[in-house]
Amino acid sequence: MTAEIRTSDGELLSVKLKKVERRRRTTAFLLAAPLLFFIVFAYVIPIFQMLGRSIDNAEMNSFLTETHEVMQTWDGSEMPGEDVTSTFYYELKTAVENKYHGKIATRLNYEKGGFTSLIKKTSRKLKNFDENANFLDQFIDVHKKWGDIEYWQALKRGTDAYHFRKYLTTFDYEQKFDGSIERIPEKLRINVTLWLRTIFVAVGVTFCCFILAYPISHLLSVLPTRYSNLLMICVLLPFWTSLLVRTSSWMVLLQKQGVLNDTLVSLGFVADESRLELMYNMTGTFIAMTQILLPFMVLPLYSVMKTISPSLMRAATSMGATPFHAFRKIYFPLTYAGISAGSILVFVLAIGYYITPALVGGAKGILISNRIAYHMQQSLDWSLATAMATVLLIAVLVVYWLYNKIVGIDNMRLG
Amino acid sequence: MNSKKSDFVKFEQVDKSYDGKELVVKGLDLDIAEGEFLTLLGPSGSGKTTTLMMLAGFETPTNGEIYFDGRPINNIPPHKRGIGMVFQNYALFPHLSVYENLAFPLKVRKVDKSEIEERINKTLKMVSLTGFENRMPAQLSGGQQQRVAVARALVFDPKLVLMDEPLGALDKNLRESMQYELKHIHESLGVTVVYVTHDQGEALTMSNRIAVFNDGKVQQLSGPNELYETPVNSFVASFIGENNTFTGTVKEIASGSAKIETDSGETIVANPIAVSSSGEKSRISLRPERVSIDPNEQLENKFTSEIREIIYHGDHTRVRVNLLGNDDFILKVPNASSDLKLNVGDKLDLGWSSHDCRALDY
Repeated sequence: MTAEIRTSDGELLSVKLKKVERRRRTTAFLLAAPLLFFIVFAYVIPIFQMLGRSIDNAEMNSFLTETHEVMQTWDGSEMPGEDVTSTFYYELKTAVENKYHGKIATRLNYEKGGFTSLIKKTSRKLKNFDENANFLDQFIDVHKKWGDIEYWQALKRGTDAYHFRKYLTTFDYEQKFDGSIERIPEKLRINVTLWLRTIFVAVGVTFCCFILAYPISHLLSVLPTRYSNLLMICVLLPFWTSLLVRTSSWMVLLQKQGVLNDTLVSLGFVADESRLELMYNMTGTFIAMTQILLPFMVLPLYSVMKTISPSLMRAATSMGATPFHAFRKIYFPLTYAGISAGSILVFVLAIGYYITPALVGGAKGILISNRIAYHMQQSLDWSLATAMATVLLIAVLVVYWLYNKIVGIDNMRLG
Repeated sequence: MNSKKSDFVKFEQVDKSYDGKELVVKGLDLDIAEGEFLTLLGPSGSGKTTTLMMLAGFETPTNGEIYFDGRPINNIPPHKRGIGMVFQNYALFPHLSVYENLAFPLKVRKVDKSEIEERINKTLKMVSLTGFENRMPAQLSGGQQQRVAVARALVFDPKLVLMDEPLGALDKNLRESMQYELKHIHESLGVTVVYVTHDQGEALTMSNRIAVFNDGKVQQLSGPNELYETPVNSFVASFIGENNTFTGTVKEIASGSAKIETDSGETIVANPIAVSSSGEKSRISLRPERVSIDPNEQLENKFTSEIREIIYHGDHTRVRVNLLGNDDFILKVPNASSDLKLNVGDKLDLGWSSHDCRALDY
């Protein structure tokens, strides 16, 4: 038992301390508040909404709630009964009256191609239906696709409140209407290729940046200040230029009639008719991304190397180590923190890179981010886009997790 | 075993310039004997560290040759010289434990594992750090890091160990105890040590010989007591220990004694060291402890001073007086003679022998 300690005015020490510290804590919180506010509203909430979108189908479910409920008793092995078709008729009729049948058509079309025209044609003919006759026959009369059981199966599946099928699509798999999961036909597979290419490019660019940045950073850290400042400006100069301008200038350099090819031809290294394909393929993406991301590797490396005393290398050589041995055993291990910080920075930036591959990548050089943008802007399949973005986010988190396991986040030094 | 070489390390007409405009080291000739503890002492910028770096191989002499154990070493890179070195900031490898730090020079030499362990144990024992093998350098105090650095420079049995202001970062008490420790290590191993410092106390405590550097040149090379008692020029006199000076002109000179008229007009009888003819300007140097207060005995120099300031220093009292126009004349009064009643403004009779007051260059 420890005796209660009181301050000289008789208050409990712990209470008094809290009182005195409260003001300081409040100030600290207020200082951090704008940042917290920004992170929550501009980062955390949008991300969770995005995650939700990739599985959310509630809107579709609300359009055809009763149809969906009735269809739960239908096992999908043979054509649906009148309970299903009649419910669907009445709900579609409400949809046409309230003009949201177009949305239903688009959504169902993701489940099975051909639904757009099917719903549109059916909606137009809905007023001719005899509400006392057999609904299924009338549906088939309007369009023979209604006789294909798969459209009814797609309708059942397409009205689920949520589903994970977009994640299958992300990896080029699909769920058949019988519930089995299969790879999609080979000529349609694109996402896995893009994932692999993205990882390859991100790893490759990280490695190239490391190889190029290491000597520069070392030079920066040992040069006298006036020279190192100049060199630092050279490293940072591209940083101060717009990303778009830099990428465009790479296009000027790399295209077939560009500066690089012209130089090689005029020097006689390359024949005029066999100019190098440096753009609209992986080479272009690689070169431009390496150049653009280089400063992100240089800065953490430089900040770590700056702290390594030159006397360590001297000490190692005075003890008989060759300069190479001293580098390998002493200098290099001391730069691990910088290498890992720079690598993770470049890798995370590279894995989500968008503008550069879009401009110089062409069809063979685009990355997963370009595919996400495509689904956001062109195909308007937002669920698929967000599913892909979620996978990307998880991939980055896994990298962080691995990094923390192997290196420890505390060892990261960014500058 | 051969008899010890007197020119184990030899600098021969060594010049060093960094910028091609100024010489940092000028025409250095220096012999270092085997087993010796030689200190290079001097103010910053005097060329002492440059000299050490040239010996270690991190700097190349601009001119001249350095010999180590009879071989010219100008073209031998540092890692082939086999010279141990202790750095100013210790230069311990922060990512390696104490054991691994010490093992580094041995592993480079491909010493086998059991011998590495044996040698490390022995060396750690010598610097009283047994049991610290697995600590990382950051977990050690400054003094312990210093010992590791010393151990690491000694563990591969180099014939020559260089130390570049190794105690500079330690506090006063630790520095003093480390001085004795280094001195004992040197005595027990018999290794040759070249030690750089700007701290004269350190140099006087540890060295066999001291080379006083100034302006790129060795001003005096001699043993500690000689250096203190018989400085050969006014730089050494003022750099080593405390010193009272008068400036004046030589009036009469004979062997062993010179009459010098100070700028204030009095005549001092002094020991001519760096003056040879009358009419020369001279700076007279006199150690505070060689001045007698109220002298009874027959002394050539007897003057009256006036007390300006009394500073209590524990074991002694320093008294600043005005003497022959010198307002900064310092006396050291041992506190045993505290019966002496000293007050600012009192007159005080002082005297000293002509032998103790040295007439040096101006």
